[in-house]
Amino acid sequence: MTAYIIRRLGLALIVMFGVSVFTFLLTVVVPSNPAMRWVGPHAKLEQIEKARIELGLDKPVHIRYFKYISNFLRGDWGISIRTHQPVLKDIATYLPASLELIIFGMLLGFVAGIPLGIVSAVRDGTMVDHGSRVFSIVGVALPTFWLGMILQLVFFKQLGLFPLAGRVAMMTRFTSPIEHITGFYLIDSLITGNFTAFGSALSHIVLPGITLAAYPLGLSARMTRATMLEVLGEDYIRTARACGFRERRILSVYALRNAIRPVITVGALTFAYSLVETFLIESVFTWPGLGQYASRAIISVDYPAIMGVTILIAFTYVLLNLLVDLTQAFLDPRIRLG
Amino acid sequence: MSKRLPRTVRLILKNRLTTTGLSVVFLLILVALLAPWIVPFPRDTVETHIKDRFLSPSSQHLFGTDELGRDVFSRVLYGSRLSLQVGAIAIGLALTIGVPLGVVAGYSGGMLDEVIMRITDVFLSFPPLLLAMAISSLLGPNLINAMIAIAIAWWPWYTRLLRSEAISVRERDFVQAARAMGASQGKIVFKHVLPNCLTPIVIQASMDFGSIMLTSAALSFLGLGAQPPTPEWGLMVSTGRTYFLTNWWIVTFPGLAIFIAVLSFNLVGDGLREILDPKMRRARR
Repeated sequence: MTAYIIRRLGLALIVMFGVSVFTFLLTVVVPSNPAMRWVGPHAKLEQIEKARIELGLDKPVHIRYFKYISNFLRGDWGISIRTHQPVLKDIATYLPASLELIIFGMLLGFVAGIPLGIVSAVRDGTMVDHGSRVFSIVGVALPTFWLGMILQLVFFKQLGLFPLAGRVAMMTRFTSPIEHITGFYLIDSLITGNFTAFGSALSHIVLPGITLAAYPLGLSARMTRATMLEVLGEDYIRTARACGFRERRILSVYALRNAIRPVITVGALTFAYSLVETFLIESVFTWPGLGQYASRAIISVDYPAIMGVTILIAFTYVLLNLLVDLTQAFLDPRIRLG
Repeated sequence: MSKRLPRTVRLILKNRLTTTGLSVVFLLILVALLAPWIVPFPRDTVETHIKDRFLSPSSQHLFGTDELGRDVFSRVLYGSRLSLQVGAIAIGLALTIGVPLGVVAGYSGGMLDEVIMRITDVFLSFPPLLLAMAISSLLGPNLINAMIAIAIAWWPWYTRLLRSEAISVRERDFVQAARAMGASQGKIVFKHVLPNCLTPIVIQASMDFGSIMLTSAALSFLGLGAQPPTPEWGLMVSTGRTYFLTNWWIVTFPGLAIFIAVLSFNLVGDGLREILDPKMRRARR
């Protein structure tokens, strides 16, 4: 096991190094001049030159990379060209909103998707199965940004059930402001007993949450169905049936426990994808999260911010992958010995 | 389990989804080819008619008109050209990079394999949309850069796939025999290894087509792909955003077009996978 962990950690480190080099190189080949953006459109030539030296852009590429990465590891991710604030501070401000949305949406997706997959597998070949399969195919083919707007049309414009956009109502900000503890509005308002704000935050998160849930829902339903079908064909299930266990017990205890593992793996990896999906969803619902920050950074070619966000998401993905592999190896000796 | 439908019925149902997808794909291709001749207002890709703006759907304008008075139906039909082109070119580029690297890695093995696969791992650590966004924002937002960006985000999948195929083909008897008969490396790769990898490539590419169309629409939606006044579906949804609450048709129809196109390509991909390769029944990204 130790040897496996070391090998896997080593691989993850190599990949993370590669990610940082590649992201850095991307910003080096940009055709736009960062120094010019730093000083603004009306600067004189010598001011641009001065900014170039201040930003360290006159140094060779490898020196700049090592400077960047050593600062990065010490928590200095550079200064955003657009906000003139440290990138890490900006990210810390915007990240909780995105995390709240992602966790809410993914929970929604998996809570609905896994049972759908189980039903689909148990009723294999019936109309229920076909219905749920169509549903799951639709879930992964929907353009999220469009789905969000359609939900706004139906539930805000037509039915008036949910607010159009934002995280809490404008009025609530003044009448019952949310105390900043975790940055998750739902949690913060709940633990401070601020129920007005909680209600407002909850009604605001529903539509973007459903939009985000579409993809994990379709995916988890598909995966659960496939693995459930496989497990239900195994000998030990037949034995359990022969022993006269109740069907409910066989499904929920013996089959599901083995079928759920690959689904959880996919779930962990979907998290990183959802981080990127929120770029689109936050833009539709003016959700003040990392996606909004990243979109603005991208439009203004704010390269320290683009790099910070890109590396953060890629690292998250690598680490989640590592975590998943190690957990799998821990649970399944065939992997670590194979 | 007694409620199972007969096997034939199930197969037909399954095929029905695939055949539906396939028919829509053919229809899309047909529309894309014939767009200039069949759309009611061919000039509306560029021309504006401000006095006709925001007309709701009618017999004259099936999908209504947009904020510049252009016929949404004509623009949606025209959009099929771009979506298919972007998909095809991006996949073509990704295959051009990914396939040779995968074959080389799998066939040669050793240090070269190790290096190629670690580079692949690096690229696979970026969610494709993120990588495509970062690249097209830094290269400058336009449709060509978007295609390049998508290809850069997608090639590692093909390298991975081809490598494992090449490894399994490498050890097969007929390749060993060819080697024993003194065939050159190049000849073995082109005549024996590559043709045997074609099926998985076709399956994977057809499954990716939908995702790539989604990604390019998303890039355009974020302002990183096609630029106005191009009739591109993602861009149409994006520019319609300001007006869509009062004029629902502006975003509904282009978005529906993306959805239907992606859905049909996914159905075809799924169907192909089940028909061509019964071993690969497990869901895979």
